[in-house]
Amino acid sequence: MLKIENLHASVDGKEILKGIDLEINAGEVHAIMGPNGSGKSTLSNVLAGRPGYDVTEGAVHYNDKNLLELSPEERAWEGIFLAFQYPVEIPGVNNVYLLKAGLNAIRKHRGESELDAMDFMSIIREKMKLVDMDESLVRRSVNEGFSGGEKKRNEIFQMAVLEPKLAILDETDSGLDIDALKVVAGGVNKLRSKERAIVMITHYQRLLDYIEPDAVHVLADGRIVKTGDKSLALELEKRGYDWVLEETRV
Amino acid sequence: MAKNTQVEALVKQEYEAGFVTDIEADTVPPGLNEDVIRLISAKKHEPEWMTEWRLAAYRHWLTMSEPKWAHVNYEPVDYQSISYYSAPKSNDDAPQSLDEVDPKLLETYKKLGIPLHEQAMLAGVAVDAVFDSVSVATTFKKKLAEAGVIFCPMSEAVEKHPDLVRQYLGSVVPTTDNFFASLNSAVFTDGSFVYIPKGVRCPMELSTYFRINASNTGQFERTLIIADEDSYVSYLEGCTAPMRDENQLHAAVVELVALENAQIKYATVQNWYPGDENGVGGIYNFVTKRGACRGKHSRISWTQVETGSAITWKYPSCILIGDDSVGEFYSVALTNNYQQADTGTKMVHIGKNTKSTIISKGISAGHGQQSYRGLVKVLKGAENARNYSQCDSLLLGKTCGAHTFPYIEVKNPTAQIEHEATTSKIGDDQLFYCMQRGISEEDAVSMIVNGFCKDVFAELPMEFAVEAGKLLAVSLEGAVG
Repeated sequence: MLKIENLHASVDGKEILKGIDLEINAGEVHAIMGPNGSGKSTLSNVLAGRPGYDVTEGAVHYNDKNLLELSPEERAWEGIFLAFQYPVEIPGVNNVYLLKAGLNAIRKHRGESELDAMDFMSIIREKMKLVDMDESLVRRSVNEGFSGGEKKRNEIFQMAVLEPKLAILDETDSGLDIDALKVVAGGVNKLRSKERAIVMITHYQRLLDYIEPDAVHVLADGRIVKTGDKSLALELEKRGYDWVLEETRV
Repeated sequence: MAKNTQVEALVKQEYEAGFVTDIEADTVPPGLNEDVIRLISAKKHEPEWMTEWRLAAYRHWLTMSEPKWAHVNYEPVDYQSISYYSAPKSNDDAPQSLDEVDPKLLETYKKLGIPLHEQAMLAGVAVDAVFDSVSVATTFKKKLAEAGVIFCPMSEAVEKHPDLVRQYLGSVVPTTDNFFASLNSAVFTDGSFVYIPKGVRCPMELSTYFRINASNTGQFERTLIIADEDSYVSYLEGCTAPMRDENQLHAAVVELVALENAQIKYATVQNWYPGDENGVGGIYNFVTKRGACRGKHSRISWTQVETGSAITWKYPSCILIGDDSVGEFYSVALTNNYQQADTGTKMVHIGKNTKSTIISKGISAGHGQQSYRGLVKVLKGAENARNYSQCDSLLLGKTCGAHTFPYIEVKNPTAQIEHEATTSKIGDDQLFYCMQRGISEEDAVSMIVNGFCKDVFAELPMEFAVEAGKLLAVSLEGAVG
């Protein structure tokens, strides 16, 4: 589904990604871990097409398409979803309204009819249960006055509604207490499917206690330096990142 | 981190109402003197007292100079090069019914989407349409008359309801009030007159559409609304003008009077031609709007959506005389390209327990300059006066500006005044967030801007709230990309 080849990217002229190679198939869950400043968030932003990130070398193939040629909304239409590390507040814009506009744009791209308010609300009600979202939260302005945990939960709720093919979760676990983490992880697990790939970007292993990955990659200094299964994450938790860095330097 | 180019291009607009109607007009040659004023008065078959009223205003105007304190820049207006009266010729013997109105005029209104005919019935809106200087048609006179409501052109009111006009005209905005108000008093040509009798709730929304068509003319309409005891009226005005390279002057005066327990809601959707993207042409919108809450528990609210005009100078105000009276001001003003707006309100608390609310939302794009200017004044006798002001500015791009000039004068220690102000930029983060959810950049901008204006749109009648939202989207078209 997603094939990244020798991807180099820079921000403000500073190279952050220095040759990423990664392949992810439908149905798989990959975890990308790494120390602060290793380029984890840059990778997710490049994949989602955020302006300000310049790809200087390499290619990204996504379902037979050159992903890098697509605008951010075209990527969304093609089924890419980014759960933001810091979801932004949009005062006065209703959460449901934003989602309805987004979902209908995606449906239109697929050649499907737009949903009317009734049909849309029944989807909303069904998906709310997945992440234990309160109706009052759903009807508020996008992320306005939400707690950190509520914002992250809202991201997963949006993912549930938009049903992406490739979901990138950027540090979705950060800032969550253990109960919120369980709810969010439970939601993600329910959204695992054969057709869907999930990339989890995380600093800590604890998220992986709840969402079991098929593969774990260690990102350091803009490269993937080690790949393993979930046991790699446990080892990282125990020993920190230094030993991986030492190992790769040799 | 992210580039600002996304937001920077936010400066292109198609002005949809910019056509000119080819119609024969009876236009007075440019220039202003006492003879011109007498001529206007004569053309309108006005009584002597009205002519004298105009002349007194003119003589006072001659002693005044144009105000310079507003945060706007423009070439001085040559008041002798303006024509002060222009009327569609075929209209000389005023139409008795819509059938007699020049079909070309009706076509114009149709293009503007104004429901002059039966559609109006469905919408429940009674429309008075002012084309250049004269009012051409007032719909639903009959239905309103049954309720005892008077809704007619000002010139007709002078003729048929002289007592009401004499009692109230100039009682809220005196002929000596300010430079533009004095000019208007001298040369005003038409406008709407509304009287709601005691205890009557006006059975429909009242609405006036103003259109400047002829070139080199000014439009000086005068509107007077009187809500007698225990009455209610909701009124909406809309404005458009053709695209022309020269600037045109619009200096209107609106006076509202609310007696005991009366409520007036006055909404404006102002879409005068704003000039082109280089700032050439456009309307100078120098308007005086003021309401007097004379009776106990009376209430006046101003809601305005200002997207047009090259320059806007406008401060719809409330004089809260009656005890427990309430004044409200809800405003959305948008300046794009080289538009300039200096707008706000004055809330003058005189009676006891008077309350006022000010919600102002300013949006600047392109090279637009936007100032909020507001005065909250609490007089000595105004026990327990309350005011809440909120002024938010939204900037799109780096070349526009937003300014806030709040003035507060309090002479009574029991007053409670709150003022909040914010300035924010439409965030690239917000845009990207929406786009990541599949929403195009342009739709995202209009969604965010509409969200920003939500509190004000909530005050508009439903169908106009939708119209206002669309208008904002059109005004920002091509602004991103």
